[in-house]
Amino acid sequence: MENLKALIQRQSGNIIYRFASIKKLLNFDKILKISLFISAALVLGIVLGFVVTLCVASFDFLKSVGFSSLLKDTWNPLTDEFGASPFIFTTILVSSLSLLLSIPFSLSIAISLSDKKGNKLLQSFLNTSLDLMAAVPSVIYGFWALFTLSPLVRLLQTKLGFAPMGVGLFTAVIVLTIMIIPFSAGISREVIKLVPQELEEAGYSLGATRYEVIRSIILPQAKSGIIAGFILSMGRSLGETMAVTMVIGNFNAFPKNIFSPANTISSLIANQFNEASGLHQSALIFLGLILLVITLLVNLAGAFILKGSRR
Amino acid sequence: MSIKTRKKKDKIFTLLVMFLSILTILPLFLILLYLIKAGFSALNLDLITKVSRPIGERGGALNSIIGTLIISLLATLIATPISVFTGLFIFEYRKKVVSKILNITVRLISGIPSIIIGIVVYLWMVKPLGKYSALSGSVALAIMMIPNTVTSTVETLEMIPIGLREASLALGASFAKNITKVILPLSIPGILTGVLIGLGRIAGETAPLLFTAFGNPFLNLNIMKPMDTLPLLIYNYALSPFEEWHKIAWGASLILIFIVLILNVLAKWIVSKWNR
Repeated sequence: MENLKALIQRQSGNIIYRFASIKKLLNFDKILKISLFISAALVLGIVLGFVVTLCVASFDFLKSVGFSSLLKDTWNPLTDEFGASPFIFTTILVSSLSLLLSIPFSLSIAISLSDKKGNKLLQSFLNTSLDLMAAVPSVIYGFWALFTLSPLVRLLQTKLGFAPMGVGLFTAVIVLTIMIIPFSAGISREVIKLVPQELEEAGYSLGATRYEVIRSIILPQAKSGIIAGFILSMGRSLGETMAVTMVIGNFNAFPKNIFSPANTISSLIANQFNEASGLHQSALIFLGLILLVITLLVNLAGAFILKGSRR
Repeated sequence: MSIKTRKKKDKIFTLLVMFLSILTILPLFLILLYLIKAGFSALNLDLITKVSRPIGERGGALNSIIGTLIISLLATLIATPISVFTGLFIFEYRKKVVSKILNITVRLISGIPSIIIGIVVYLWMVKPLGKYSALSGSVALAIMMIPNTVTSTVETLEMIPIGLREASLALGASFAKNITKVILPLSIPGILTGVLIGLGRIAGETAPLLFTAFGNPFLNLNIMKPMDTLPLLIYNYALSPFEEWHKIAWGASLILIFIVLILNVLAKWIVSKWNR
């Protein structure tokens, strides 16, 4: 009898203990759910916070100078002249040129990597190299280009009769091309992999060569995804800063020819922001806002096309 | 077209593709070779035991090495919990519109130019406090890191067999217990990979630090003060006219690329081990 009582007591204690622990768990549930919500809200807030912050900080500039600066081309902070057009033009020019230059290379490497009968060893070598290229820091690309690429460009310039500066638009385009290839090739590789194998096999069974299969089956199938990949790499190259800053030559006007020094929006900011104050700083922030809006739009477009291509 | 010309075309195409593929990765090896050639002679004890010095006195990069470690690790500490929680949120509410918007947002964040992150964090933390600080640099890098880690978290969570989740829920596990005892332990390798790749990416970043961590020639351990990092040192020394500083910058580049490569190899190793 005594034993039974003790047993019942112990059991009920257990049950109470269990209830208590369930209650505790429920509280922990709540805490976890709240932290999930907070984190998600933080991440959601970042993009909006960025746009709002830049808008507020460039308000000074917009009030006193305004959007008309977008059309002017003289940049002289000392006389409060902030013509933004050379930088916007150079930014778009440099990234489009490097994108165009990168297309044959990234397509080739994507095709080599997706060849199912290809040499596996060579493919994994190419793959690893591509990953490493994406991992090399931008500042090291810039440093390398400054010391090995720009002397070569100087040689080319003397041969062609230009002023031998070494730095400038041309050097920046070359570095940027090298830097965005791993990115666009990576996306093309993924998209080409998604092409149904049956289609490819159907092509081969009809007697097509590999070239014909790629040209008439794989590329048309993967077209929209590959284009999306190029748009996304354009978004990346628009904002690339360090390597471009180091080799573009820091010159605040429209480039006169392909070799002349210039400044993109990001290299202008990198060069001047720390010394800028007042209206000058506000003007730089306004240029930053323009860059942000352009890259956001380009990235959104790329993301939507990519999503459509996966369906 | 005869079969012969078609075959010839195919051959030419194959060779062209191969040639362009090799040409594409050539710069990587040029860079690595040049780095090893120029950086190896700069690698000595001074580089890792002395701090930056004015030109003429033999200096090193100790302050930048320590600064890189502190700023990157702090950024990882800030970014990882936020990213893992956000990843869990996206996964748990994956049918809701919010999660789809979050997915797009994460992609947009990864597309924000790094220099813009620098400006915004400058406006958030440096301007109000009136001073550059390592902490603001870490916040900037954390923002850069979030997309990587969120994406890898979500991808990992999606790979966990639905049966395991259902089993734990059927046994009466609560929301929190299901996550902490079943889902998270299973996804740790995947999340870790994302963190390592993100860490490798931010360790080499310069642009977000120009206006936040700013750089500092002295050894500094206080995160509320300016701090130097390897990329900042490389940038400043590379643009200087001094041969001696270029040499230190090559040595620093070699150390930096070594750190980045190790992190990437480690991440790959975890993936291959986990996949087995």
